[in-house]
Amino acid sequence: MNKLDSKFGDFGGMYVPELLIPALDQLEQAFIDAQNDPEFQKEFMGLLHDYAGRPTALTLTRNLVSNPNVKLYLKREDLLHGGAHKTNQVLGQALLTKRMGKKYVIAETGAGQHGTATALACALLGLKARIYMGAKDVERQAPNVFRMRLMGAEVIPVDSGSGTLKDAVNEAMRDWSATYEDTHYLLGTAAGPHPFPTIVREFHRMIGEETKRQIMEKEGRLPDAIIACVGGGSNAIGMFADFIDDENVKLIGVEPGGKGIHTGHHGAAISTGSKGILHGTYSYIMQDEVGQIEESYSVSAGLDYPAVGPQHAHLHATGRAQYVAIDDDEALNAFQLLAQKEGIIPALESSHALAHALNMADEAEEESIFVVNLSGRGDKDLSHVYDIIGDRVVADTNEQAGE
Amino acid sequence: MDRYKAMFEQLAAKQEGAFVPFVTLGDPDVETSTDIVNCLVENGADALELGIPFSDPIADGPTLQKASIRALSHHVTPDDSFAIISKIRTLHPSTPIGLLLYSNLVMHRGIDAFYQAAKAAGVDSILIADVPARESGPFFEAATKHDIKQILIAPPNASEETLQLISKHSEGYTYLLGRAGVTGAETAAQMPASKLVSRLTELDVAPPVIGFGISKPEQVKAAIDAGAAGAISGSATVNIIEQNLDDKAKMLRVLAQFTAAMKAATQTTASKE
Repeated sequence: MNKLDSKFGDFGGMYVPELLIPALDQLEQAFIDAQNDPEFQKEFMGLLHDYAGRPTALTLTRNLVSNPNVKLYLKREDLLHGGAHKTNQVLGQALLTKRMGKKYVIAETGAGQHGTATALACALLGLKARIYMGAKDVERQAPNVFRMRLMGAEVIPVDSGSGTLKDAVNEAMRDWSATYEDTHYLLGTAAGPHPFPTIVREFHRMIGEETKRQIMEKEGRLPDAIIACVGGGSNAIGMFADFIDDENVKLIGVEPGGKGIHTGHHGAAISTGSKGILHGTYSYIMQDEVGQIEESYSVSAGLDYPAVGPQHAHLHATGRAQYVAIDDDEALNAFQLLAQKEGIIPALESSHALAHALNMADEAEEESIFVVNLSGRGDKDLSHVYDIIGDRVVADTNEQAGE
Repeated sequence: MDRYKAMFEQLAAKQEGAFVPFVTLGDPDVETSTDIVNCLVENGADALELGIPFSDPIADGPTLQKASIRALSHHVTPDDSFAIISKIRTLHPSTPIGLLLYSNLVMHRGIDAFYQAAKAAGVDSILIADVPARESGPFFEAATKHDIKQILIAPPNASEETLQLISKHSEGYTYLLGRAGVTGAETAAQMPASKLVSRLTELDVAPPVIGFGISKPEQVKAAIDAGAAGAISGSATVNIIEQNLDDKAKMLRVLAQFTAAMKAATQTTASKE
């Protein structure tokens, strides 16, 4: 039986072939041992501090918010080595891989962010990485494919299914069912079968812990709301975890509304309200009228996943956290605004959280402190954003120059 | 009526093992699929293992993934799959029919409603590829209520705890994995699996039938000689469908020959003497 709780209320579990159960049990045991081993913690914390650059800053925005009632802070995961929060948990799981005596790592990646993070952790710790990436994504994301190869990872294009992230996950799970004896599956988000949602949360938990310490130093009180984007939900759960018991702090997850929920072209699994099992966990998922999994869509590759981590499903079901959807256009506006007003180019993922925080800031009638988890930086998104709003940005800039 | 029990008793009397082909329902389309399944039974299949096409089959290799994609490209639904089973049940009242599918199709309809529909179509057993023994509680409940046998998988790496769970719950037959990995004829089952077979026999589980990597008559023979009660062959069967998509008559002819040859290999050494 499981040593840790494998469920979050009704959600979660281990819906995988029997063959993978011993590998997941081994991982659970290694994780429990590591959490109780001061040497492991020392090595993990050392890497986070000396290699990745933790703690990250908590920045009060200067110009972004015009409502005098509101202070908007950004938790600067964009400053972390690798350019996003992802570095935290890949270092943790890579250390677990070594602890289990495994030499190989497999991972899935959509646009290449988790693949790149996995590749850097494996390069650092002397592990060999195999990264599954949808064939369409391999074509669209040539720079990230090169980044991964530069750091020594093998990139395997996945042709089956729709050739995108969910098919890359399928293929990674298939690989793992034949190779678990010497290979760790380094899952990239707080979803998938137990114990992944718990491990990924705990390896991102310092995001919220640091935030709490930093905001207490600056403001002497907890924030009124914490806002984070949710695809699978790893940055959000890392940010939320330390605040779940602080019931006066609102927790708000922002899902990708894509072209609008009503169009069907989105990735807002919780907002659709439809429950089911995908990739080993029972949660909210995007599915058709008989239960076939649907393709998700978002302008932001990191949020483009047709399910959500089971703890978010539980936080939604219990009402502890609130989940909203922000569409592509709103996220692109926030992306441009943060660059213009604060000199920070955010990831498109994080721009979703920021867009919702800006809406909240507009409406706030009482003194409020909001914290947005700025989960990543936007360098990776530049060419994509240029293709969509490049002309508008140039026009805006010329207009300002003429003033 | 316990069709599995009746089948195993009859086969034991003849000193034969069971040959159980697997195909995906609705592959390549509903009409052809019905003819395929019927052809398998008429040419010697002792029981059937039938899949409902699913968009994300994580336990399947390329051959069965493509089978799902072919069926889904014709919008084959679980109801279409049940309709095929109903026809086969009418034609072959005593052949055990097992369903092998993924959990989300069950969850979407609701566990109880799904088992009820399966029973009404004539299904004898259900195996859910992504429901391991420790998550199987609610599925067993529905299976018991609707008189369906819930099948569990015994993998080569199973812990004693999992084997105990299987021995406590397994009914109909036990699906013994011939090897690790996903379905496919590319990698052969590792014979003999006799050590696991004898442990399962000690635990008095439902008759073990070996699947994964069984594509040739000699592998069927090796499975039976290792003490298995039968052998399941999926990808090799589906390969024949894939290779003859433009010639249905030839497809059925080759499937008939394949089934007969695999069935012939289930005779134990003793039965030939």
